[in-house]
Amino acid sequence: MEEVIVAENLVKTFGSFRAVDGISFRVRRGECFGILGPNGAGKTSTIRMLYGFSPKDGGRLDVFGRDIEREPRQIKSRIGVCQQENTLDPDLTVQQNLEVFARYFDIPRAQARQRAEQLLHFIGLEPRRQAKIPTLSGGMLRRLMLARALINNPEILILDEPTTGLDPQSRHQVWLRLEELKSLGMSILLTTHYMDEAARLCDRLLILDQGRILVEGAPLDLIRQHVGREVIEIATPEEELRRFVRDQQLPHEDLGHRLIVYGGDGEGLYHRLTTDYCRQGCTLRMATLEDVFLRLTGRELRE
Amino acid sequence: MKSPPIAVIRRTSRIWQRNWTVYRQTWKISFVPPLLEPLFYLLAFGVGLSALVGEVSYRGEALSYVAFIAPALVAINIMNNAFFENTYASFVRMYYQKTFDAILATPLSLTEIILGEIVWGATKSVIGTAIMLVVISAFGLIAYPHGLLLLPVALLGGLAFGAIAMLFTSVVPNIETFNLPVFLFVTPMFLFSGTFFPVDTLPVWFRSLALFLPLTHLVRLTRDLAYGRLDLSLLWAVGYLLLFCAIVTPLAIGRMRRRLIR
Ligand SMILES: Nc1ncnc2c1ncn2[C@@H]1O[C@H](COP(=O)(O)OP(=O)(O)OP(=O)(O)O)[C@@H](O)[C@H]1O
Ligand SMILES: [Mg+2]
Repeated sequence: MEEVIVAENLVKTFGSFRAVDGISFRVRRGECFGILGPNGAGKTSTIRMLYGFSPKDGGRLDVFGRDIEREPRQIKSRIGVCQQENTLDPDLTVQQNLEVFARYFDIPRAQARQRAEQLLHFIGLEPRRQAKIPTLSGGMLRRLMLARALINNPEILILDEPTTGLDPQSRHQVWLRLEELKSLGMSILLTTHYMDEAARLCDRLLILDQGRILVEGAPLDLIRQHVGREVIEIATPEEELRRFVRDQQLPHEDLGHRLIVYGGDGEGLYHRLTTDYCRQGCTLRMATLEDVFLRLTGRELRE
Repeated sequence: MKSPPIAVIRRTSRIWQRNWTVYRQTWKISFVPPLLEPLFYLLAFGVGLSALVGEVSYRGEALSYVAFIAPALVAINIMNNAFFENTYASFVRMYYQKTFDAILATPLSLTEIILGEIVWGATKSVIGTAIMLVVISAFGLIAYPHGLLLLPVALLGGLAFGAIAMLFTSVVPNIETFNLPVFLFVTPMFLFSGTFFPVDTLPVWFRSLALFLPLTHLVRLTRDLAYGRLDLSLLWAVGYLLLFCAIVTPLAIGRMRRRLIR
């Protein structure tokens, strides 16, 4: 399988602070790869190096098998970037935003117009083509950012938190579009804070914390490995129950007012807990990526 | 990795085109200041002041005060157009609109973005000059065909003031800070570069100071060309402005790189 991005021991420092502290990963052609991590983990710093915005401070970074710092232009012409903040041009209309951006890629005018038309249709913004940017809603802005990133028909699409701040409808809209692009063979690299988004879209992902990789793998594998199949959550657990969990050496997390028991054999344990210890406030549910994330990165606030 | 110059020019022109696209939407408003400004000045200084001032002696020639200041107004307009475009307007694009950040994800480089901005600032100087020429010519104050050379001079002056403006843009912490270069750089030049009175009337030490100011040289060019005097001494002024561009432009690009590339 061809690898479109190869990062080895990648480092980014700001003064003496190591925002990205020697990470290695590979993205294969046609896959959707996710970078997850709490605020300040180093996701945006990593992405900025990937698209040639920030110079790296160590390690190796190849895109399409070429060094991004040696051949930034050739590489940039083949990738599309949707940055974390909206960088749409407020002096221009929706349609002009796409057409002017096309010029930066040397796309001829007629072709740019046609491409802009297709993309406006793709993101459902045709009726707003003449609208000024400040009049658009957050969801529209994000969709337009996505469309603009696609103007050059990129082989890799890089998305930094594509759905942050969107309502559920808009998020689903974006997911559908991304799934469509993936089915067309586009490689996608995205960061997100939404675990359901990562679980749904990503073939593989890594979790970053304080500039280092904690784990990497397919979402389901990560869940199985680090949490198990199911999770039991107990609201306001009693001391008796706590003791039982400790004595049985069940992997768990005690949040005070809430006890989370991982792994176990699911049904059997749940049955035992509900009959012997708690009549109510005890739920059995499927383990999710969020459990993995919180288990690995802890529950304290970052930054 | 080196690119052929033609490719750099093409990519630089993309930035210029972006600004042109925006300008075309508001051109009616942009046309007003260069149309009215010379009229106001000619009225106030020319008609109002000239009664007091009478004639001015410039390089051995007696001129009416209106004829004396009209070419200086062109030079000031060249300075202002490029300077304000590449300070306030470029800062808004860079800082608030994140336009440069967006473009840096495309094949364009930071150098090309900054060059494109400066050339755009100079373009506004040229447009402003063209409009002013029409107005001032109506008063019969420009000698042709030499007067047409004011257009390339506007380009050169625009590049010089655009470059220095870009240098300020690369270092100011916020938009309010532009007050500083405006009051310490632009305003003194506006007053003391041989604009409203000849530099020769200044004390010697002040005169040598004025010779360091780019506007002094630009005024020299616009004035002599407006009067139809074309002699080799003008090459000094052209040389000064070229040198100014050659030194300040790379500085501006370098500082901008330090500011934007993290
Ligand atoms: N230009 C900069 N100068 C100094 N420190 C920086 C700079 N950019 C980022 N950092 C620091 O590097 C760390 C990583 O930042 P980064 O933006 O990569 O995080 P992130 O994972 O994208 O976070 P978020 O989820 O909040 O977007 C943070 O601690 C941040 O403060
Ligand atoms: Mg980020």
